Amino acid sequence: MSTPYAKLPGWVEYGLIPLVNLVVAFAVAGLVVLLVGESPLEAAYHMVNGAFGRGEYIGFTLYYATTFIFTGLAVAVAFHAGLFNIGGEGQAYVAGIGVALACLWLDRFMPWYVVFPVAILGASLFGAAWAFLPGWFQAKRGSHIVITTIMFNFIAASLMNYMLNRVLKPLGSMSLETRTFEAGGQLPRLDWLMSIFGLSVGTAPFNVTFLLALAASFGVWVLIWRTKLGYEMRTMGHSPSAARYAGIKEARIIVITMMISGALAGMMALNPIMGETYRMQLDFVQGAGFVGIAVALMGRSHPAGIIPAAILFGVLYQGGAEIAFEMPSISRDMIVIIQGLVILFAGALEHMFRPAITRAVLAFSGRGRTQAAVKGA
Amino acid sequence: MDYFQLFLELAQSTVRLSTPLILAALAGLFTERAGVFDIGLEGKMLGGAFAAGCVAFVAQSAMAGLLAAVVVSVLLSLVHGFASITQRGNQIVSGVAINFIVAGSTVILGEAWFRQGGRTPALAEGARFQVIQLPFAEELRGVPLLGPIYADLISGHQALTYLAFLMVPASWWILYRTRFGLRLRAVGENPGAVDTAGISVIWMRYRAVICCGILCGIAGAYLSLAANAGWTKGMTAGKGYIALAALIFAKWKPVPVMFACLLFGFLDAFAIRYQSTPLPLIGKVPVQLMQALPYILTVILLAGFIGKAIPPRAGGVPYVKER
Repeated sequence: MSTPYAKLPGWVEYGLIPLVNLVVAFAVAGLVVLLVGESPLEAAYHMVNGAFGRGEYIGFTLYYATTFIFTGLAVAVAFHAGLFNIGGEGQAYVAGIGVALACLWLDRFMPWYVVFPVAILGASLFGAAWAFLPGWFQAKRGSHIVITTIMFNFIAASLMNYMLNRVLKPLGSMSLETRTFEAGGQLPRLDWLMSIFGLSVGTAPFNVTFLLALAASFGVWVLIWRTKLGYEMRTMGHSPSAARYAGIKEARIIVITMMISGALAGMMALNPIMGETYRMQLDFVQGAGFVGIAVALMGRSHPAGIIPAAILFGVLYQGGAEIAFEMPSISRDMIVIIQGLVILFAGALEHMFRPAITRAVLAFSGRGRTQAAVKGA
Repeated sequence: MDYFQLFLELAQSTVRLSTPLILAALAGLFTERAGVFDIGLEGKMLGGAFAAGCVAFVAQSAMAGLLAAVVVSVLLSLVHGFASITQRGNQIVSGVAINFIVAGSTVILGEAWFRQGGRTPALAEGARFQVIQLPFAEELRGVPLLGPIYADLISGHQALTYLAFLMVPASWWILYRTRFGLRLRAVGENPGAVDTAGISVIWMRYRAVICCGILCGIAGAYLSLAANAGWTKGMTAGKGYIALAALIFAKWKPVPVMFACLLFGFLDAFAIRYQSTPLPLIGKVPVQLMQALPYILTVILLAGFIGKAIPPRAGGVPYVKER
């Protein structure tokens, strides 16, 4: 679709507009806090304090951020090829099997640095496999990826319920989880990284998966902007007909993109399973796949935007727990509202403030000749 | 006669479980035929159920609750409409956003207003929809075969259930036999042509979105005022998505929508009834498979293995007047 908007400088496009959208989302969330009869400023204070007040809190914030980097990248990669992968939730959930199998198989006689790569492989394989079918159906059978991935989320929930009930649960155990992993299935915490900054990680499950998330972010940047495959994906995202005309095999790109997306979503499973609980529990994803949508939209599908966006949601999750503790009438469901508002304002309504901002920016920079283009908006 | 009794029980709970699905799927039918995709059915239903639960409790009136549900659901629809019609935003993103906003805010507001741990106070008899006994239901019960069917299956539901089933032919009539319906369908297939005919595409789509809001509100009110005695946290539990699946399964047509909803309702009723009973021929089916079946069926259908589901051609595409 032709953009009826004037070209804006980068800091406006990638800085100011997302910031305005974010501020509006938080302002509306503040209204909800007011409606409940609490002070939004006090809530904001507890949130920031809860997220950054101590080394341990920062550890938790970054632990959550790790998860959201993966799911955000997963959504972003699909976005670049013009695909909307809502199935990150299901892909991450099923990928848990890959992680659990690697740990259950190796944890007793291998150190973590042997188990970890196997678990990464397992997570990406299972995640990619769960994304393969929706991708293949879209590519070959023309079914809409959004609907199929939603359906696959529900199917994944049923499948995992079955797996934990009948297959992975130790005999005689009542709770729906695998056995607790031995040392090999437990990832080391990043105490050393925090102690560089003079902070103590405390009990926060901030672990090496964070480094993997950073590596994955770099990998995604290389993939999208520095490889032939990434170029083909972006071409298809911009214009499927141009891609077809250029001889890019659409079906192949769709399937590969979805599998990469699924693998990235799947790696999220490493963080809670090997980094925090040391076992796979029922419903361990806890909506992180959906947070990825908000993260990708806010980060404008660029790793450099996704990492700060993921950290912001880490702040929301960790700080939200603090708010819930200090102000009982604001439970953690507040995060869900903010998440929805961010998706609404940074995603569906991303162009709402653009004409006004464009006018303001151009008025300040005094470039009259693009005025005509602005009027068209 | 034992089997007959069993059949009656299953059929009865099928009708009960299908009612909200039918209302929500018909709601989706209206917007999607007008070219506005809506995966926010779930959120609108939940918002409606919450509003119904709150207002019915405060006003002690089921009708007030129903009205509140419709108002809230229509408002949410208008947000979706504003984002996807006026702002030309991504319709799927907007739907996802609405689902989250509602899921979170109902819990926060419910807790702040009633403090009952994720539920609205239980409604008294008068604040809920009552079961309607059709005339002569008891007198005719003695008639073999047809008597019990009339007395137990056709009679003995709440008003909203009858409304849901009446909405099926009504929707068909509106969509296929009125000028409004023709234009609504045209706006979903070829908005340019509608625009050329001098009809506002934007206004048509807004009206379709409002129709969707009304029906979703009724579906929500059914959940909290008829099927249950009040709202509970996350009570839609994926019904909005099942309705969406049913809508696709029915290839965006009103009467097949009813049958698809009845099928998915039946699967649900069956799964509840036969959680641990082995079936003849098949053996013991895991309950999880039964729960996943509607989704699996929809995926298979979408992949074109059972006929082909072709969505409205302009679905999901915002209309731009000049190119």
